[in-house]
Amino acid sequence: MAASLLEVRDLHLWRGSLHVLRGLSFEACAGDVLVLEGANGSGKTSLLRVLAGLLWPEAGEVRWEGQALDDDRAALGRRVSFLGHEQGLHADLTPAENAMFATQLRRRCAADEVREALAQVGMADTDRPTRALSAGQRRRVAMARVLLAKAPVWLLDEPWTHLDASGVRLCQDLIEAHAAHGGLVVLSAHYGVDFKSTRLRRLGLS
Amino acid sequence: MSTAVTSLPAVMALVFARECRLAFRRWSQLAQPVVFFLMVTTLFPLALSPEPALLRSIGPGVVWVAAVLASLLALESLFKTDWDDGTLEQWALSDQPLAMLLLAKVAAHWCLSGVPLALCAPVVGYALGLPMSALGTLMGALALGSAVLSLLGAVGAALTLGSRRGSVLLALMVLPLAMPVLIFGARATDLAMNGDAPDAGLWLLAAGLIAAISLVPLALGAAVRVSFE
Repeated sequence: MAASLLEVRDLHLWRGSLHVLRGLSFEACAGDVLVLEGANGSGKTSLLRVLAGLLWPEAGEVRWEGQALDDDRAALGRRVSFLGHEQGLHADLTPAENAMFATQLRRRCAADEVREALAQVGMADTDRPTRALSAGQRRRVAMARVLLAKAPVWLLDEPWTHLDASGVRLCQDLIEAHAAHGGLVVLSAHYGVDFKSTRLRRLGLS
Repeated sequence: MSTAVTSLPAVMALVFARECRLAFRRWSQLAQPVVFFLMVTTLFPLALSPEPALLRSIGPGVVWVAAVLASLLALESLFKTDWDDGTLEQWALSDQPLAMLLLAKVAAHWCLSGVPLALCAPVVGYALGLPMSALGTLMGALALGSAVLSLLGAVGAALTLGSRRGSVLLALMVLPLAMPVLIFGARATDLAMNGDAPDAGLWLLAAGLIAAISLVPLALGAAVRVSFE
C-alpha cells in the first residue's frame, strides 16, 4: 500500500446550526479516484472546500503528505487544482486568456500549451469571450484550466455538471488518465459514476 | 509533475495587466467615476451661482467631495465579478500570497480610476476659479488621496463580498475612513490657493498612503478568505 497523500481525521464542520461533517476520517493515496457520494446538502462541496483550504473545519485535521493544511499555503497551492461550482473564468476574457492567466499564476506557460489543453477538451477554436459560451463549454474550459495547473491533486466538485454525453466521457477519461499517471482525484457526484480505474474508492456522505 | 514557479513580481504584473485589459474592454465602467466627477463639479456652479469669488471659496471642498464619491462609485465592482465567477477562489488556491495579488488588483484599480481623477483635476479646478498656482497641489493631493481611498475602499469592498446590500454597507464603512483624506486633501488645496505652503496636508496624505500600503493587503487577504466561508 502506497503512503497516504491525503489524511483526514475526525473532521467536524458546521454550516450555521447544521452539523454537516460529523467526525469524518479517511485516507487517499496517489493513483486513487475518490468519489464523494451523497444527496444534496450532504456536505460533498463543503468537504472539497475544506480539503482545498477554502473552508475551516471546526474540529479535526486535514493533512496533505503529512503536512497540516495551514502549515504551508503555498505548498497546498502547488499541490491542488480545484474545480468548484463556479468555473473561475472571467466572462470578458476568451477561453485561452482565462486558461493562460490561471496557469501563469502557478507557473510559466506557453501559448502552445494552452492551445493543446483547450484542444484536449474540444475548445481549441473558440476565441469568443467566455460570456458567449454555453455552460457546458465553460465547464470544458475550466477542465482545461485544471489540466494546465499540472497539480498532482485534483479536487472536482461535480465535474460533469452542464456537460453533454461526450463531455462526461472526456472528463472521465481525463480523470482516469490523471490517476493512472499517479495523480489523486477527489470528486463529488450526485449519482453513481463508473470508472475503469482499479483504484476507484467511494465515500458516502449522509 | 514539478512546475516552474513564477516570481511574485511577475505574477503581480500579470494581475495588473489583466485588470487593465478587462477595464479597456468595459469602457462604460471605466469612464463612470470620471464622468461622475466632471458632472458633479460642473453642476455646482449651475446650482449655486457663477460668482467667481463664491466658486473659488467652495472649489477645494467641491472637488474633494466629488472625488471621494467618485472613488466610492468605482469600488462597488472592484472584487464582485471575480468573486461571483470563482476567480478569487482560484487566486486563493494559487501558490502566490493572496494579499499581494489583491494589492496588484487595487493598484490597477487606482491607476484606472484614481489617476484619471487627478488628471482631470486641473480642468475642474480651473473651471471653479482655482488659481493656477494651486492646481499642481490639487493634482498631487488627489493622486495621493485617491490611492488611499482605493486601498481603504478595497477593504470595505472585500468585507461586503457576498452581502446583499453590499453597496450601502460599503458606503457606511468607507465614508468615515475617508474623512481624514477629505480633510487633509481639501486643506492642502486651500492652503495652496491662498499662497501658503501645503506641505503638511500632502505629507499627512503620503503618511496615510504608506500606512495603508503596509496594512491593507493583510486585511484584504483575510477579508476575501472569510468571504469564502
